[in-house]
This record gives sequence, structure tokens and C-alpha cells, in this order.
Amino acid sequence: MTTIRATLAAGLDPSTRAALDELLLSMADDEFVIGFSDSEWTGIAPLLEEDVAMSSLAQDELGHAAALYTLLAEVRADGRDADAIAYDRQPDEYRHARLLDHGRGDWAMTIARRYLYDTADGARLEGLVASSFSPLRELVDKIRREERYHVMHATTWLERLAARDGEPRERLLAALEELAPDAATVFAPLAGGERLVESGVLSESMAGLEARWRATITPLFVHLGLPMPQVAVHPDRGRTDHREPFRWLWNEFTSVRRSDPVATW
Amino acid sequence: MALERVHLCPPLRPGGDVVTALARTAPPPAVPPSVDELMVALAEVADPEIPAISIVDLGIVHRAAVAADGRIEVELLPTFVGCPAIDAIRLAVGERLATFGRPVHVSITFEVPWTSDRITPAGRNCLRESGFAPPAEPQDVRCPFCDSANVAMDGAFGPTLCRSLFYCRTCRQPFESFKAI
Repeated sequence: MTTIRATLAAGLDPSTRAALDELLLSMADDEFVIGFSDSEWTGIAPLLEEDVAMSSLAQDELGHAAALYTLLAEVRADGRDADAIAYDRQPDEYRHARLLDHGRGDWAMTIARRYLYDTADGARLEGLVASSFSPLRELVDKIRREERYHVMHATTWLERLAARDGEPRERLLAALEELAPDAATVFAPLAGGERLVESGVLSESMAGLEARWRATITPLFVHLGLPMPQVAVHPDRGRTDHREPFRWLWNEFTSVRRSDPVATW
Repeated sequence: MALERVHLCPPLRPGGDVVTALARTAPPPAVPPSVDELMVALAEVADPEIPAISIVDLGIVHRAAVAADGRIEVELLPTFVGCPAIDAIRLAVGERLATFGRPVHVSITFEVPWTSDRITPAGRNCLRESGFAPPAEPQDVRCPFCDSANVAMDGAFGPTLCRSLFYCRTCRQPFESFKAI
């Protein structure tokens, strides 16, 4: 399999390959960062079941990130492995959506972020189910089956918090307000994004996927009386200029690697 | 039979390989094992978390065959992308098949997705007898102890990625159900 994949990537023209690199890196970084954020609830979630759930979600996302980084390492074929891509970068070099830059926050913030991210990620994955790049198409087919449980989980909690007047709904509204400027950053345009569509790697533009995402979440937001996420204020900076909470998280998740870069465990 | 392990530790992620090989002094037997013989051997490899079920009944063996160069090639499908047991399974497969006296190459693939309906009927029985509800949509889950349908989901996520938490209102037992994926 490894050999076949390397051949496939070598057959891509340089501009498609560069755009594919951007896409894989952004997806992997998204999954990696939300996975690490979720893992911060391990041991301290508000309910035992949620402790298990958040830990399980984190493990799923980190598993997806590892698979995507591995694929990216094969596309690059420059001798750097998945761990090197995941850990050996400075905070400014990460390309996750700014939606994931707000720190763990309280439970309502966690649920608001998860719901926005899971549904946006779902729209992006939908755009890859018929991808011309078969290793990614195969992986996405597998990932989507797992993400279904993530959306179920986030939706259940969003409804639960929104339906309870007082502190639960107030906290949820505050979280949605804080996230609003960055809510749509999963769809921030990628360099060379039009090549992805022309080559059939991605079914349509990020703007098209964002429209699908909005259509998907609108009925629930209307039903719950929640404000719809606004259009990204600075879409060109949707995956850069990371905020302070990410720098703190980066410091955490790279600490072991930085202490001994060549260790194996 | 003199065996020499080439890799002592499993690699850390999908895409890596576990290779076991004979010492150079022992040439491989002339007649290669058939696919059936390989599958019989693989059926002896247990899932590391639920030893009652084999990896064949779990449906994670995608392909097993002897390649043109004489080595045994096996492709495994992880139940979940981030399954932490896959490296242990890969190592166990390499060890079991090394007894055929040929180099063994075990790889991970997502060529087809593992889905819960790949679990065989025998595998579903093994799960039930071990106290797990076999994969079903949440509304169709039945208690593995008393077969009651009067059950409630406590959490979509359980102690491993592939299981959810349930409670049986009839026999008052908590149990775990495999997720339908």
C-alpha cells in the first residue's frame, strides 16, 4: 500500500500536489488541535460518562490526525514522518482553524466548539467522498463513520444546554458569541484551492461547502433560537495568527517531544 | 524450528510493517500454504481486548496470501482509525504466521472500511457470550445477559473507541454494546 500511495502522489502535477499538501495539513492540524483540547477534560469532565466520552472523542481525533499526517508524509516523501510534522513546528506554522483557538473554556464553550467543528468537518468530509485522490477518499470513508457519533454527541448536548433557561443557556450563548467571528474558519480558503476542485480532489470550493454547512445547521439553530454563526471576519487569516490559548496548548503538547526529540515510546 | 525476529517492537502507526523472518539457515518449505491454511492460522489469533473472539471473526483480515516472492502478505483493517490495539494485533499475526517458515509482511489498509457487519455470526455469538452486545443501531440493542430490549444508552462512548455504554432495565445490569459503524 505504501508504495502505491507514493506513486499516486508522484503522478500529481506540482500545483495540485501543493494544494493537496495544504488541504491535508489543515485537516490534520484541525483534528490534532481539537483532539488535544478535548483531552484536557480527561479526569475533570462534569459527568463520568462525559469524561469517558471526551477522552474517546480525543482518541478518535488524534487517530484521524495521525492517519492524515502519515498520508501527508507520504505525499511529501521528504523523509520526515508523521510525528515530525505533528510536533516539530513553531506555533505560527500550524494551519488549524481559528475556531479551535479559544482554549478549553467551560463545558458550554466545549460543546459549542464541538458542534460547530463537527458539523463543519462533516461538510468538508462530504466534499471528499468522491475524491480523485484515492488514499484520502478511502480514509475519509472510514473517518465519516466515526464522526457520525461525534455529531450525535454534540447535538444532544447543544439541545440540552439551549433548552434550559438560566445558566446553561446563558453560558451557551456567551460561548457562541465568543466563537462567532471564527465559527466559519474551517472553510477559510486554502492556497491553490481551485486546483483541488479542478483536479477532483475536492468536490467544490470551500465557499460552496460553507453554504452546505449553513444549510445543514440552520434548522436546528432556528429551532433552538440560537444566533447563526456570522461570516468569517478575516477569512484570509482563518488558519493563521493563532491566539494565546493555542500557544499555551502547543507548549503542552510539544513538551515531551521537545525534551527528547529522538525518544521512542 | 529456528526463528529469528527481525523487529522486536511493533511500529507506531498504520503504514508501518511488522516483519518476522526465519534464520537464514532454514530455507522456506517448497509448498506455500494455501489461503485457507493461512486463515485457519489467523483464526487462532485472538483480539487483545476480547480474547474470546478471533481477528477473523472480527472481520479485520482484509487479505492473506503468499506473494510471488514467497513471503506471506497480510492486510488488516482497523476497526477504528485510532485503534490502539492494532499494533499488538499486527505483532501477534506476524508471530503466528512465522510458523509457516517464510517471511511475513503485515500491513494496515483503509482500502475498504471496516464496518461492524464484517463481524461473522460466530463472532457475534462470541461477543454475546463474553457479555457484550453485538453491533446494532442504538434502538435495536438487546441485553447480552437476558436478551431484553428494555435497555437505555448511558453514553455513546465507552471504555474503548468501538463500544457504547448501556443499562438493562430488566436484569439491572450495565453492559457494553459494539457501535454500529
